[in-house]
Amino acid sequence: MRTLPIAFVGPVMRKEFRQIRRDSRSLIFMIVIPAFLLVMFGFALNFDVKNIPLAIVDQDGSRTSRGLVEKFRTTEYFRVKAEPDRTADIDRLMARDKVRAALVIPETFAEDLLAGRSADVQFILDGANALSGSTAAGYAAAILQSYSQRITLQAMERRGFGSLTLPLKTDVRVWYNPELKSAKFLVPGLMAFILMVILTTSTAFSIVREEERGTMEQIRVSPLPPAALIIGKLVPYGLISLASAHIVLALGWALFGVAVKGNYFLLLLSIVLFLISGLGQGILISSITRTQLVAFLICVLTTILPTFVLSGFVFPVRNMPVAVQVVTYLIPAKYFLVALRGIILKGAGIGAFWEQILSLAVFAIMALALSMIMLRRGGATRGRRTRQRSTEREHERIPERRAP
Amino acid sequence: MADYSIEVKSLTKRFGGFTAVDDVSFEVNRGAIFGFLGANGAGKSTTIRMLCGLLDPTSGTATVGGFDVGREPERVKTVIGYMSQKFSLYEDLTVAENIRFFGGAYGLSRKAVDSRLPWVLEMAGLKGRERSLTRTLSVGWKQRLALGCAVLHEPGIVFLDEPTGGVDPASRRRFWELINELSERKVTVFVTTHYLDEAEYCNDLRLIHAGRIVAGGSPRELKSEVIRNPILEVSSGRAVDALEALRQEPWVLETSIFGTSLHVSVADEAEGRRLILERLGRAGIVPVRIDRIVPSLEDVFIHKIEEHSADAKNGEAAP
Repeated sequence: MRTLPIAFVGPVMRKEFRQIRRDSRSLIFMIVIPAFLLVMFGFALNFDVKNIPLAIVDQDGSRTSRGLVEKFRTTEYFRVKAEPDRTADIDRLMARDKVRAALVIPETFAEDLLAGRSADVQFILDGANALSGSTAAGYAAAILQSYSQRITLQAMERRGFGSLTLPLKTDVRVWYNPELKSAKFLVPGLMAFILMVILTTSTAFSIVREEERGTMEQIRVSPLPPAALIIGKLVPYGLISLASAHIVLALGWALFGVAVKGNYFLLLLSIVLFLISGLGQGILISSITRTQLVAFLICVLTTILPTFVLSGFVFPVRNMPVAVQVVTYLIPAKYFLVALRGIILKGAGIGAFWEQILSLAVFAIMALALSMIMLRRGGATRGRRTRQRSTEREHERIPERRAP
Repeated sequence: MADYSIEVKSLTKRFGGFTAVDDVSFEVNRGAIFGFLGANGAGKSTTIRMLCGLLDPTSGTATVGGFDVGREPERVKTVIGYMSQKFSLYEDLTVAENIRFFGGAYGLSRKAVDSRLPWVLEMAGLKGRERSLTRTLSVGWKQRLALGCAVLHEPGIVFLDEPTGGVDPASRRRFWELINELSERKVTVFVTTHYLDEAEYCNDLRLIHAGRIVAGGSPRELKSEVIRNPILEVSSGRAVDALEALRQEPWVLETSIFGTSLHVSVADEAEGRRLILERLGRAGIVPVRIDRIVPSLEDVFIHKIEEHSADAKNGEAAP
């Protein structure tokens, strides 16, 4: 009796689909959780610095100083929350988190300017949140700078230099994400994160569960080839993850206005390659663990953390120490992210990220090959561990006698 | 090819410093019900796992259905069925879905599975329950279903590793009827058990202790040939005290407790009766009765294990 290896895939696939269908918990895990995560992260993980609560102490109260205050009032980056009379009050406001920044205009502000001296304006920042603090400082500096230029120009005009223009005029344009919205940047990252976590965890679980229940042993004594088992599991879990990825994309568009600019098939290709490497990782994890709990912990450690921290999802890889940058080359999500951001945000063609696609393909092939080897070997090593345990425990027991 | 469906030569499995199966050799006739009898951890499952290609032997050879286990494990898999100690079907699939999946795993076409399905349902007594989830079945049903799945592809050899654990006596009897039916159809059944009463159903037996085969033959041969000395059953109501009293006597060859009575092996029946009465009288024990009994497999087993342990001790003591 010879059966082609491909003929074994069908029964495994049908079995997996049936099991997934009956296990509503894991279906929810794969479909609902990703969408939920996107909404959560999309709104919560907001690096945009806007509406920073500001206190203004205008000790001068002149027309010039009010002009400066007006500048801070009209920008969306700051919101004036308090106008205390004394600088001493700032400390209290900041400690209670009422304001995160304070602007102090000294009494002599207008006087100094008129006299042609430079006026000291104090800008105080709450450094407890370093990230938003430095952004706020940048905004404040820019506002003060432009106001200062205006005053200079006005003063020079008054002295009879006529109408003047600044020698350098900067015109900053942000491409791909003109409003510099975090959400646009995050949706591709979230997709990588969600796909990786969901697929790796579900695959690892589905195999460890078979080991726990003993069905894997039953499969090992059958002629079913490991490759058929892997493909039979890859297809259902892959399709569900793919559906999940599309839900994330649709939500990203509906909630955050992130539309796919580039080629859809390139997007699909990178997703599929990425899914295969995630699946392979899941099988590898399942081959070194015995219980679903341990499998889950290892999945968290090897997917959530690296994808979150090392892939460039949140922290740019460029800013990492060199040693850490080297490690990031081992994270498939890193390549996936570059490709994904390229396709979704920039609408770039394959020329821009073929290296990433190639790396993903290498990861996918390696993961598949390794997982087949591990599944084939699994029987021997696992058997040994079980055997040894039961032998140590029950070595001396005498056969039971049973009533006939 | 010889008439044997399984041939094992000097099979050994070591795990680190521990020898689980130690130089085991035997042959199994086609269509035999071959019993592997031993305590938990004696090496039964390890042997079965090597024969099914789940474990690589440390040394020795084994052929199953004419294929070498070490060199052609994939071929072996096509001619055997295996039922593990632990119930291992998919609890979240229905009866029919399990049968269909394992049919596929054994490379049967969908058509072939369709034609085998009624047979398995009939055999396991699960007709009309095709659509029940397997987890809702009782242990007895599950075991019959597992056996059905193991013989779906009509293998010539089935390995059953402690198949009747945790089953009620009626289901156990039914299961053994199925095993007999398989044997009648010339299927070789290799079954491990630690239930001595089940061993009586086998037509060829090996006793395994601490990884070694200590005795072999049909149950009848074992009982008549291994134990030549008469065995007296002493009922006294004070079995433990009686054991203490008799244990050290030089004329007592072997003694062990069986429930509330004592089995005492002696060289001669009449002399033995006299000596037992006299020794127990000194200890203040009055036996209710003393009967000569036909040795049970358990007597054989204990006899062989004690013999084996004594040998092992002498071996260690020797310089």
